[in-house]
Amino acid sequence: MYLADSRNGTTRETSGTAAAAPGSIRPGRRAAVPGTVLALGAVSLITDVSAEMITAVLPLYVVTALGLSPLGFGLLDGINNGVGALVRLAGGHLADGGGRRHKVVAGLGYGLSAVCKPLLLVAHGLPVISAVLAADRTGKGLRTAPRDAMISLATRPEHRGRAFGVHRAMDTTGALLGPLAAFAVLRATVDGYDAVFTVSGCVAALGVLVLVLFVPGRAGGADTAPAAARPALRDSLALLRRPALRRLTLCAALLGLTTVSDSFLYLLLQRELGVPAHLFPLLPLGTAAVFLLLAVPLGALADRIGRRRLFLAGHVALLLAYGLVLSPLGGAPAVVAVLVLHGAFYAATDGVLAAATAGVVPAGHQGAGQALVGTGQALARFVCSLAFGAAWSLWDARAALAVTAAGLAVSAVVVARVLRTTEGTPEESDDDRRTGNEVSG
Amino acid sequence: MTHTSRLAVLLAAVLLLGAVGAVAVLRAADRSGSRDRQQAGGPAVHAGSVSLRPGADRRLLVRNLAWGPHRDEIASVPAGRPQGPRTASGVKCLRFHAAAGTAICLQAEHGALEDTYRAVVLDAHLHELHRFPAAGIPTRARVSPSGHRVAWTVFVSGDSYAGTNFSTRTAIVDTRTWAIDDNLERYAVVKDGRPYHASDINVWGVTFADDTRFYATLATGGRTYLVRGDAAARTLTTLHRNVECPSLSPDGTRIAYKKRAPGASPDAPWRLYVLDLRTMAETATAEHRNIDDQALWADDATLVYALPGDYGSDLWTVPANGSGAARRLMTSAVAPAYVR
Repeated sequence: MYLADSRNGTTRETSGTAAAAPGSIRPGRRAAVPGTVLALGAVSLITDVSAEMITAVLPLYVVTALGLSPLGFGLLDGINNGVGALVRLAGGHLADGGGRRHKVVAGLGYGLSAVCKPLLLVAHGLPVISAVLAADRTGKGLRTAPRDAMISLATRPEHRGRAFGVHRAMDTTGALLGPLAAFAVLRATVDGYDAVFTVSGCVAALGVLVLVLFVPGRAGGADTAPAAARPALRDSLALLRRPALRRLTLCAALLGLTTVSDSFLYLLLQRELGVPAHLFPLLPLGTAAVFLLLAVPLGALADRIGRRRLFLAGHVALLLAYGLVLSPLGGAPAVVAVLVLHGAFYAATDGVLAAATAGVVPAGHQGAGQALVGTGQALARFVCSLAFGAAWSLWDARAALAVTAAGLAVSAVVVARVLRTTEGTPEESDDDRRTGNEVSG
Repeated sequence: MTHTSRLAVLLAAVLLLGAVGAVAVLRAADRSGSRDRQQAGGPAVHAGSVSLRPGADRRLLVRNLAWGPHRDEIASVPAGRPQGPRTASGVKCLRFHAAAGTAICLQAEHGALEDTYRAVVLDAHLHELHRFPAAGIPTRARVSPSGHRVAWTVFVSGDSYAGTNFSTRTAIVDTRTWAIDDNLERYAVVKDGRPYHASDINVWGVTFADDTRFYATLATGGRTYLVRGDAAARTLTTLHRNVECPSLSPDGTRIAYKKRAPGASPDAPWRLYVLDLRTMAETATAEHRNIDDQALWADDATLVYALPGDYGSDLWTVPANGSGAARRLMTSAVAPAYVR
């Protein structure tokens, strides 16, 4: 099950602007989700069908078809995380060259992942399979920032929350459909793992083609044209000198430091709330389903009440989920409640962070900006995973979660203060004013 | 490019890619034809009744992998003539073990949406007594010498994109009360003499000494350990490092296991070893190839284990004391169990 696990957000469009002028949002409903966003959503949907086909059958393939024990398979994961972060930064930076570069870099990322699928047909050992998966993830790292940049540039600022919500909902739909497609192929065949890999490769190729054909090269139109000169690496890094972006990155990272990874959360659910072992595989589906249902409404809500506010509210939902796990409650209702809160957390933070980021980064640096914030958050979550595992060993699971929950509460308070005090900074007012202009015009 | 020509290109690509996918699926579907025909040169397999009851001869029960109508069924051969004709029971299992008139059979259930798995406890006639849902892909199964306990291990896959973090779930069931302990990771762990907690604990490969005491593999922090388990006290105590898939000898003095050999390729890291539980001395067997199986003791001196073969896997045998040489016991078979 794929959950967008390395993006997440801090709300940018302050509670101030949009909320202060609720009446002015009326126009532009129809244009709220531009064709580019729908096209990118379709690309993500198709690509996720392809990717999740593989994820769904790979363990089965490794164990039953290759006869290998997959334990210890994940040893490369830590390295992959580090490399993934670098690739993402590189992808964001390279994409900001103006012209069609966002599309080209994203296309390379989608293309690399697509090529990996048929390679699985000839990979018969764990090290080779691991290498193919690493290449697949590299493709994902490469395309994430340029794709989010294209969504930002194609959408009017006041509708970005909804646009990212639509994209994430389509993305998650693909993730839910993939396993169904894979098992349909397995049902129709005898040991048809090769057929699954082939079909997955064809689906991935289709995703690349939809990108090439239907996503405009210049997503931002006039916005990107002036930035035709390719920004130097220094320019991309200098983005962090922008107080608003720095604050957003720090807030996302701070909250990321106390965001327990999905796999830990499900393990805790199983241990603390007594989920029977055989229902364990359903837990990620629960989160994904709620994420899918709430991504669009919460994205639209973020446009109205402010992205930071919703981003923070999402983390409060996560805090409540931790509280439920720690509480003496148990049984199915508590488990369902935790999954609803967890899915709501993703819906309120994932696309919303990208939308918030878009607001504090100039058009010519959207790729690098998205990459910086996303990478900061992903690395923070990785650190959280390491620390959480260590805390679990040092004390036990409950204590580790209790400390993390306390940390999340403190982080949330700090972030709330930081974001409130920055509401009126000139830089952001500038962006807000632009937003206001577009809304009224 | 105009909108119409884009749509035309898309349509053409959908047709082309769809054709490639359809051919791949049809070719894979066509295999069912060849698999249903009896394998040329393979062992003779015929349907019959397979029983766990004590009989005149000792028998070897396996999951039959020979192509044909009885593929994947539990089949029986005389222990003295393992290459001889097989009697197929009609019961399909991915993993199987039996002792004292009780069998554990791990099965896949091919649902419309996805595969699910179950652990089925069978009586001496291989009739179902009780079933439990299993959390993932079956890998190991064992019955205690008395037949009153069964244990199994399944793989649970990672839950993230291109994720490679697999974990195991191991369960123990009391076949008289049907009480299940569905996750041995919740047992209290004593590692190197001290209580130990960790998020990354995995337990797999139970082998029973009696109805309370057992041995298993515990993995944490990138290392594996032989643990002694106590199902009454719910504890796991580490005994030795670098031990996976232990198998206790019938006399209870030695453990056969896979050891991650130093310097071996990461593609094929395990060798078959035997550990003396009194002296903790390790003995390498004469099998020098990579082993990925929980070995079975044919008697107090002989090991049986699976290696990849032409039709999935073959069973091989080697002396437990390091002497002799590995020898193929039977082709196209996996998951062995001896029945007296």
